[in-house]
Amino acid sequence: MGEKILMKGNEAIGEAAIRAGCRHFFGYPITPQNELPEYMARRLPEVGGVMVQAESEIAAINMVYGAAGAGARVMTSSSSPGISLKQEGLSYIAAAELPCVIVNMVRGGPGLGGIQPAQSDYWQATKGGGHGDYRMLVLAPASLQEMVDLVRDAFALADKYRNPVMILGDGMLGQMMEPVMFKDEEVRELPAKEWATTGTRNHPGRNVINSLYLQPDRLEAHNEHLQRKYAQMAANEVRYESVNVEDADLVVAAFGSTARIVRSAMEAARQEGLRVGLIRPITLWPFPEEAFQQAAKTAKAFLSVEMSAGQMVEDVRLAVNGQKPVYFYGRTGGMIPTPEAVLEKFKKILGGEA
Amino acid sequence: MAKVFARPKALADVVTHYCPGCTHGIIHRLVAEAIDELDILDRTIGVAPVGCAVLAYDYFECDMQEAAHGRAPAVCTGIKRVLPDAIVFSYQGDGDLASIGAAEIVHAAARGENITVIFVNNGIYGMTGGQMAPTTLIGHKTTTSPYGRDAAVQGYPLRIAEMLATLEGPAYIERVSVHTPQHVNRAKRAIKRAFANQVEGKGFSIVEVLSTCPTNWGMTPVEALQRVADEMIPYYPLGVFKDIDAEGEDK
Ligand SMILES: Cc1ncc(C[n+]2csc(CCOP(=O)(O)OP(=O)(O)O)c2C)c(N)n1
Ligand code: SF4
Repeated sequence: MGEKILMKGNEAIGEAAIRAGCRHFFGYPITPQNELPEYMARRLPEVGGVMVQAESEIAAINMVYGAAGAGARVMTSSSSPGISLKQEGLSYIAAAELPCVIVNMVRGGPGLGGIQPAQSDYWQATKGGGHGDYRMLVLAPASLQEMVDLVRDAFALADKYRNPVMILGDGMLGQMMEPVMFKDEEVRELPAKEWATTGTRNHPGRNVINSLYLQPDRLEAHNEHLQRKYAQMAANEVRYESVNVEDADLVVAAFGSTARIVRSAMEAARQEGLRVGLIRPITLWPFPEEAFQQAAKTAKAFLSVEMSAGQMVEDVRLAVNGQKPVYFYGRTGGMIPTPEAVLEKFKKILGGEA
Repeated sequence: MAKVFARPKALADVVTHYCPGCTHGIIHRLVAEAIDELDILDRTIGVAPVGCAVLAYDYFECDMQEAAHGRAPAVCTGIKRVLPDAIVFSYQGDGDLASIGAAEIVHAAARGENITVIFVNNGIYGMTGGQMAPTTLIGHKTTTSPYGRDAAVQGYPLRIAEMLATLEGPAYIERVSVHTPQHVNRAKRAIKRAFANQVEGKGFSIVEVLSTCPTNWGMTPVEALQRVADEMIPYYPLGVFKDIDAEGEDK
């Protein structure tokens, strides 16, 4: 405890998961997240757990369904194309209210795309991805330390709400090395899950994990129950970081790796006397709408910087609700915005040329 | 007077939604009897498919999970890896297991997951109204092979038991039928064996049960049973395709 270790992002997630009590991991190889299943294959047997390399991401997410239904803390990870294959399973998992943690180390898309970092799975993560009305908590770390802390929280949140939680990283966060500290005690006792299918000898009555409701009124009642739960998440779980927003003329929205770049650009701008601030959503869903609504009272303009063709910018626009102009700057395909280009964009907006 | 025929404890006391004369009901009963006789009900976790047996979670008195279409073997894998002392089984139709879930069943078998699979082969998609299944026989008319399955157009039906028998992983593979009382008895022994193997930690066991769908075959229940003997068994021969206990003996 208490000591800093230099780790690669993907491996740090694995270690954080193990310390959070995760003993089951189901994965399938895809770049740029391979170090995570590899780490789990190495480490889990040492702590009495198991990593199963599934035949596909579809099988992996359904193994997660079974394992979560059996009461375990369980994780799977992938990158964009593989996460697409998991969408069916995620919809079932959300519907059956199974706690689990899914990691997406996003790479450039669409299609097979590339293997370099991107944030173009924002919509897929925050707006559903699979079929039906469901929500996942989506956590977006910007550093390895934050990633480690969020993995810990992700398991707790998944159990608290009986809901899937996604860690949305990107190839950069997965591959970079930074010192991390595992601050919390290792989880040894898992919370009781009296609903889990562990055999009727272990609980009163009979437990069923299911998402089928053939009668429309019962399905609607189930949906209303889910919606009440999502409303609670939205009310209680919003997280964001806000820097220099109070006096900012331009408030920039950015998450994950991109927020680090925007931060450098913001510091450079401040040196030149430009009043730029940053709101960094840590939960992408629920989105920190209020932070933007507040900022809209004082800021002159907003800018969303993303490694996508413009996805989170839609949520910024919804929050700002036409009160101030909302601009966008993004790179795609694994191209990373440079602080210089971002600074340039600030200047254009503040100079009225954007 | 001694009761000679009672509802197995593992079978819920409810009216099922199966069509009259459908052999899904017999197969449910055999599964429940095997669970009773091995006295494993309170540590059994069943996985229901998508297909006519989707509501199986209401029919067995053990804990149950309802899987997405074809994914039951992966769901079973997840459960069994978490609860190695539990008895985990899937109950799947041929569309579920042999078509959309072909990868899941092959790899669960190849991994030798210590689970029990009950594979109900009725050569048709029952639940969705009688479309062609991967197991539909050549010449058989279904709503999506209205001129009869033609190998040149729709390819050939899959023999799952034979295919899985080529793998190292499985411990036990048998194909049975339930179209006569004698066959029901044989099926009962096979299903019980497939559960007993799991109790003994022997590994992946699958019983393929030839079943009827009078509704979508357009036959009376009796005609449907006859069709199993006349048309299905010639293409899907009954018997043991793999048995690690018999290995080393003359086969
Ligand atoms: C992903 C997906 N695709 C298609 C369906 C529709 N569907 C429901 S049951 C079924 C086929 C079931 O046939 P089978 O497995 O042979 O079982 P049976 O009904 O004959 O017992 C299909 C295609 C579905 N529920 N999910
Ligand atoms: S549709 Fe066919 S398989 Fe389904 S319950 Fe009816 S007879 Fe049985």
